[in-house]
Amino acid sequence: MYNMSKAASQSNPNSGWEARAVEFFKDRLKEKDAHTLVPSLNDIPMHYLKPNSLVKFRCFIQDMFDPEFYMGVYETVDPATQAKTLRCGKYKDVTECGVDFNSKNTVTAERQTFYCVPIPGENPWVKERYANSSQARVVPSTSYVPSRQKRSYEEDDDMDDMDTQPQKQREAHAGPQSPTEHHGNGDCKRQETEAPSSQTTSASHLDLNFPLPGEKGPSCLVKVYEDWDSFKLNDMLEVYGILSVSPALSALADEKDASSSLLDPTECMETAEEQRVHCPPASLVPRLHMLYAKQLQHNNPLLPSAATSEDNSAFLASTLSEMPSVREELLAYLTHVLLGDALAAEYLILHLISNVYVRRDVLPLGKFTLNMSGCPTVASYTERLYQIIQQLVPSSHYLGMSLQNMNQMRLVPKKDYVANRLVSGALQLAKNTSLYLDETQLEQGQLDTTGVRNVTALGNLISWQKVDYDFNYHQMEFPCNINVLIASEGRSLLPSDCQIHLQTQVAPSHLEEYLSTMHMLSQASSQLNKFRIYLSVARLLDYSISDEVTKSVEDDFVDMRKDDPQSISAEDLHRMLVVARLLSLSQGQTSLSRDSWLRAKHIEALRRSRMEQHKCVNGNEP
Amino acid sequence: MDPCTKSAMSSPASTPGGRKRGRNTNPPTPSSEDPTSPPSQRRRGQDSSTGDLMPMPTSPATDILSPAAPQDTSLLSSPRPSVPPNEVDMSSPLMYGTPSSRIEGTPRSGVRGTPARQRPDLGSVRKAPQVDLHSEPPSTDGAVASESNAGQRLVIWGTDVNVGTCKEKFQRFLQRFVDPTSTEDENAGLDLNEPLYMQKLEEISVVGDPVMNVNCRHVQSFDADLYRQLICYPQEVIPTFDMAVNELFFERFPDSFLEYQIQVRPYNALKTKSMRSLNPEDIDQLITISGMVIRTSQLIPEMQEAFFQCQVCAYSTRVEVDRGRIAEPAVCRHCNTTHSLALIHNRSVFSDKQMIKIQESPEDMPAGQTPHTTIVYAHNDLVDKVQPGDRVNITGIYRAVPMRVNPRQSNVKSVYKTHIDAIHFRKTDEKRLHGLDEEAEQKLFTEDRVQTLKELAAKPDVYERLSSALAPSIYEHEDIKKGILLQLFGGTRKDFSQTGRGNFRAEVNILLCGDPGTSKSQLLQYVYNLVPRGQYTSGKGSSAVGLTAYVMKDPETRQLVLQTGALVLSDNGICCIDEFDKMSDNTRSVLHEVMEQQTLSIAKAGIICQLNARTAVLAAANPVESQWNPKKTTIENIQLPHTLLSRFDLIFLMLDPQDEAYDRRLAHHLVSLYYQTEEQMEEEFLDMAVLKDYIAYARTYISPRLSEEASQALIEAYVDMRKIGSGRGMVSAYPRQLESLIRLAEAHAKVRFSEKVETIDVEEAKRLHREALKQSATDPRTGFVDISILTTGMSATARKRKEEVAQALKKLIQAKGKTPAMKYQQLLDDLRGQSETAITKELFDEALRALADEDYLTVTGKTVRLLA
Repeated sequence: MYNMSKAASQSNPNSGWEARAVEFFKDRLKEKDAHTLVPSLNDIPMHYLKPNSLVKFRCFIQDMFDPEFYMGVYETVDPATQAKTLRCGKYKDVTECGVDFNSKNTVTAERQTFYCVPIPGENPWVKERYANSSQARVVPSTSYVPSRQKRSYEEDDDMDDMDTQPQKQREAHAGPQSPTEHHGNGDCKRQETEAPSSQTTSASHLDLNFPLPGEKGPSCLVKVYEDWDSFKLNDMLEVYGILSVSPALSALADEKDASSSLLDPTECMETAEEQRVHCPPASLVPRLHMLYAKQLQHNNPLLPSAATSEDNSAFLASTLSEMPSVREELLAYLTHVLLGDALAAEYLILHLISNVYVRRDVLPLGKFTLNMSGCPTVASYTERLYQIIQQLVPSSHYLGMSLQNMNQMRLVPKKDYVANRLVSGALQLAKNTSLYLDETQLEQGQLDTTGVRNVTALGNLISWQKVDYDFNYHQMEFPCNINVLIASEGRSLLPSDCQIHLQTQVAPSHLEEYLSTMHMLSQASSQLNKFRIYLSVARLLDYSISDEVTKSVEDDFVDMRKDDPQSISAEDLHRMLVVARLLSLSQGQTSLSRDSWLRAKHIEALRRSRMEQHKCVNGNEP
Repeated sequence: MDPCTKSAMSSPASTPGGRKRGRNTNPPTPSSEDPTSPPSQRRRGQDSSTGDLMPMPTSPATDILSPAAPQDTSLLSSPRPSVPPNEVDMSSPLMYGTPSSRIEGTPRSGVRGTPARQRPDLGSVRKAPQVDLHSEPPSTDGAVASESNAGQRLVIWGTDVNVGTCKEKFQRFLQRFVDPTSTEDENAGLDLNEPLYMQKLEEISVVGDPVMNVNCRHVQSFDADLYRQLICYPQEVIPTFDMAVNELFFERFPDSFLEYQIQVRPYNALKTKSMRSLNPEDIDQLITISGMVIRTSQLIPEMQEAFFQCQVCAYSTRVEVDRGRIAEPAVCRHCNTTHSLALIHNRSVFSDKQMIKIQESPEDMPAGQTPHTTIVYAHNDLVDKVQPGDRVNITGIYRAVPMRVNPRQSNVKSVYKTHIDAIHFRKTDEKRLHGLDEEAEQKLFTEDRVQTLKELAAKPDVYERLSSALAPSIYEHEDIKKGILLQLFGGTRKDFSQTGRGNFRAEVNILLCGDPGTSKSQLLQYVYNLVPRGQYTSGKGSSAVGLTAYVMKDPETRQLVLQTGALVLSDNGICCIDEFDKMSDNTRSVLHEVMEQQTLSIAKAGIICQLNARTAVLAAANPVESQWNPKKTTIENIQLPHTLLSRFDLIFLMLDPQDEAYDRRLAHHLVSLYYQTEEQMEEEFLDMAVLKDYIAYARTYISPRLSEEASQALIEAYVDMRKIGSGRGMVSAYPRQLESLIRLAEAHAKVRFSEKVETIDVEEAKRLHREALKQSATDPRTGFVDISILTTGMSATARKRKEEVAQALKKLIQAKGKTPAMKYQQLLDDLRGQSETAITKELFDEALRALADEDYLTVTGKTVRLLA
């Protein structure tokens, strides 16, 4: 496959060949499992990949650079023979030698560059699973020697070992495996993927601009040749393209520093920062020339990717029938996790499958921000809860709302005009990422300007599902679709769609003990996988309400208002409709039934009564 | 004289500099230069005249390359940046010699006596093969380089531009173009029926600023072909224009003195292109794009000509910089020493240059993408014309430069660098700080769009349609939506500043108050998303500084910079303030000025200024006691100062109506919100984009005036309003209410696209105003509408009651006889015992205060003393 790509990128420009080449790749990749043969930048360190070969990259568009003009077709002159040859510049960064700039045959074309990073907050199990499903045969590249850090002899040995055997290992683990083995494999995998990032740290001046702190993995400059308007910032993509790590790119950058550029007007204009961001060394930020890209609906490796819709619906149908039973299991598990509170577990499931499915003018519908109050503060319970959620959802992020974090973290992305890039913030997340806000970390103190801005940004995110990116001279609104879960002691200072007070069934004295036994359960992998599939599928289902049910819902509302106008407001009805929707979906029902509506009413009533009760207990609650 | 030798005389090689020089040489045009002589003779004559202009010592021709190209250079003096890179180039003596030497021997000293200024904006980057000059017979088409020096029709190689014809056409344009309907501000004071550009020439002769701005639209309407050439070959055509205008100028004003020759600056090319639509086809074409300046560089001196001196014999030579490179002469031509020439920086020629980065304006951007940026180079006097943050329209030539070829490297990056060489800047928000900027903001509507909008406006129910299209997800509240709709359109701006009365507010301010959870915030969000200059703040999170403006020290320049806040940013837009009640008093006080005078005064860190804040305020407030208390007045419910409340034209209550039919409709609305598909919703309501355009169009183009009947109706309405109260001895309307009525009526006329305010507009304004009053100014004790609740914070009945209590108290004290001091509590109890109605402590306190105001008594602590 690599060689094909090479051939394609070098073939001479005949009419229509470009479209045909892209078609060819698309067709080939459609074939069953063909895409698993393509090595992925996500899980194979870069020095194992051949330059100019076909690779894939599961990524997130963090920034979009300006479009660039390049020589689509150019002519080279052989200095010896003066023979002219037409060449193609598409899918390449560097031209052949001896370009004739004055040639009439030069065709200028346009392409767009996206700065892509791995999906922020992608959980380890997702990465592992994707890596395991890959069947790409990776052989250490002979043509490209990575610029490694100094390594001790043994380490090198180690690497060599793996060089020759990674495939074998992978195959060995393809079958069912015990958790320990699994873990071990993950470790060595991680070691591998960390190889490039250790280089990153050495070149610490280069900020790879990941949205979340502590992220690892390669970032990539993806060159897009067609239809770039269809891509949006924060999209999740699987990009198939030609890897370009030509050392000439870095050499070019060095050259500029060395030679005096006083007289070249085009080069002295860019700041050093801009240079660094837009032309980082190719060994750190490879270029990927996109052949085609697939928009990812989800990044759950256990589900078929949405590209082939027939397969997908068949898969959905097959899981639909077992959803109620999985739901029961999950409910039991979460009840256990939430210290025996079944109602809270119910709401947590609803929250985990919520999704903004449509926007009515400014109003996002389907969001279900949950504020779980009454979390015990002992034994770092909130952190454990996050770890469990992390096991369930494909991507998530834990944000401890400590005063220091709030005052110092950059949540909202900001445009840096000096370096001409969008400096990422923790709220630049892909859709359906779970954002876990731990308010138990918050203590008394003063929020400074940044802090106030951050809290406002979180409030906006929750209320309108949008983040206002800071472009210095103006703000730009980017809609998002992030599931926010707030864990707090009392009612949260942030708005939320729904608040549930946790009623612990475990005595505080036994809490420690209880928690230590709790963790054991999470290792049961096949059950976990069922849960993972369940949560992702529930989100993908369609949903409708029949006229009949509409009528009965209306009647219900009118009746409730008749009895006590204060009991239910328009806002409450909004919430009940969302709860009913999520409740139906969680049971695998794609339309609202009378039963589900009643059940929604019932759990809402339970929740409200608990709130009232709680209010009575400590009267200072608003 | 053979042209070849001549050109060799002027410089060792034909040069791109000939371009510049050429403008001095007054090139041949059949019409203006030498109409009688045949072309070939003209040529020769021209040669000699140019020859005269070469007083500097020149070396013999050493390297004449192509015989055809250089000769034409000096002849036609058209831009010829095309030089084989290894050629040695010398500067033009015309430009750097003394003026006297230049004038010498030239018959028309006007043009020649004025030095031409370089135009790096046109030719700092040249593509060699494109702009060679060839002569060819008139009949033949195509760029065949021929030796014929008798060619009658010469076109610039690679183009179809004939210099002579082009010049002639442009001169005709200058002399004849009239635009009687011009509304551009720079034409103010010119006689619109006279040729526009001749007047501008006259202006130049008076002012002495040698810049001529030419609107490309004018060129287009005058001569479409010339316009096409200008767009396609600006690098060639603009210098030709320069020549034409200079000839014309010095013909007209032979005695005038200019520092430099006049330069033509075209602007408004094509339809303003957005940055996103630039593509490789636009390279080397004249474009106009709009954007926002985000960064400007320091001034960069760019070497135009390098000065070399031989270390051995002190012979000096000049080399023009070509594409950023200097071809250093290897051998001294005078003494033949190799590598003896050294660059003398002080005697080299530099020009000013600045890099400017612009970013596309937020309005031009598709959702979900980041804005694009483009590099612009400003040259010479355009340097430092714009600052970061300015919105500008830039006209210039779009360039793409290949990455530098490095001889040491075999392959290069295949990417071009692109930039725009600016020729003309036009700030779009220049007048933001003083005066109206409606024109600058005018959005371009296509004919079709205008047609659709007009059709919509002609419908009888357009008002209802638009109001229902507003925030369709929010249920009912028809009157509130109508009020907000009128706010979006706004009244007509009236300027009485010449008569000393200042501006009258045209913006409608609206306050929404009501129970929490009645989608007030949602309405605000919607409005904020709808209007182009909307700002959304929350009263809780904003300080006075955030609303107004603050002074900041720029970290780089150490300059003090005035940063504007939400109110100033929403000038000409709407400022949505949520949680108005939670705002601190300090912050709120800022609003007093903004909401009536529409300005903001700042005196901070040495900066004293008044900024325009012609913003409409849409505020939302919650009642103090979480639920609206129907037993209390608006003021009591939201606890806002009445001074501020009276500045709102409309105050609406958003309450839960609590009735069954309403509940049912509401439920239906909400449920359908959750299951209807996007398409179904769109069928029912107007598209948000249409609504946006409709409002923008009406705001820009419609300014209704009161008709006679409408004025009468307004007067009647006002008198009626005052009458209502007079029966009960209270005032129920103030001039402010009349102004509100006028604004609302004007806005309603705007909705109908009507230039006249008619009775129906007044009727609707009255209805809406009454409706809002009914909601907000009803005295809960009597059930009457009482405007004084809003204007004085107290209903008339409450005031009456206060007076009664005071009188009763006075009587009580008088009845007690001569007791100089009384106990407070004792007095209260006595009064309570005496009165039939309940006397609250507050009421008693107020009565005491009233009596104290009469100087009847004083209250000190717990004792009450009588005075006198």
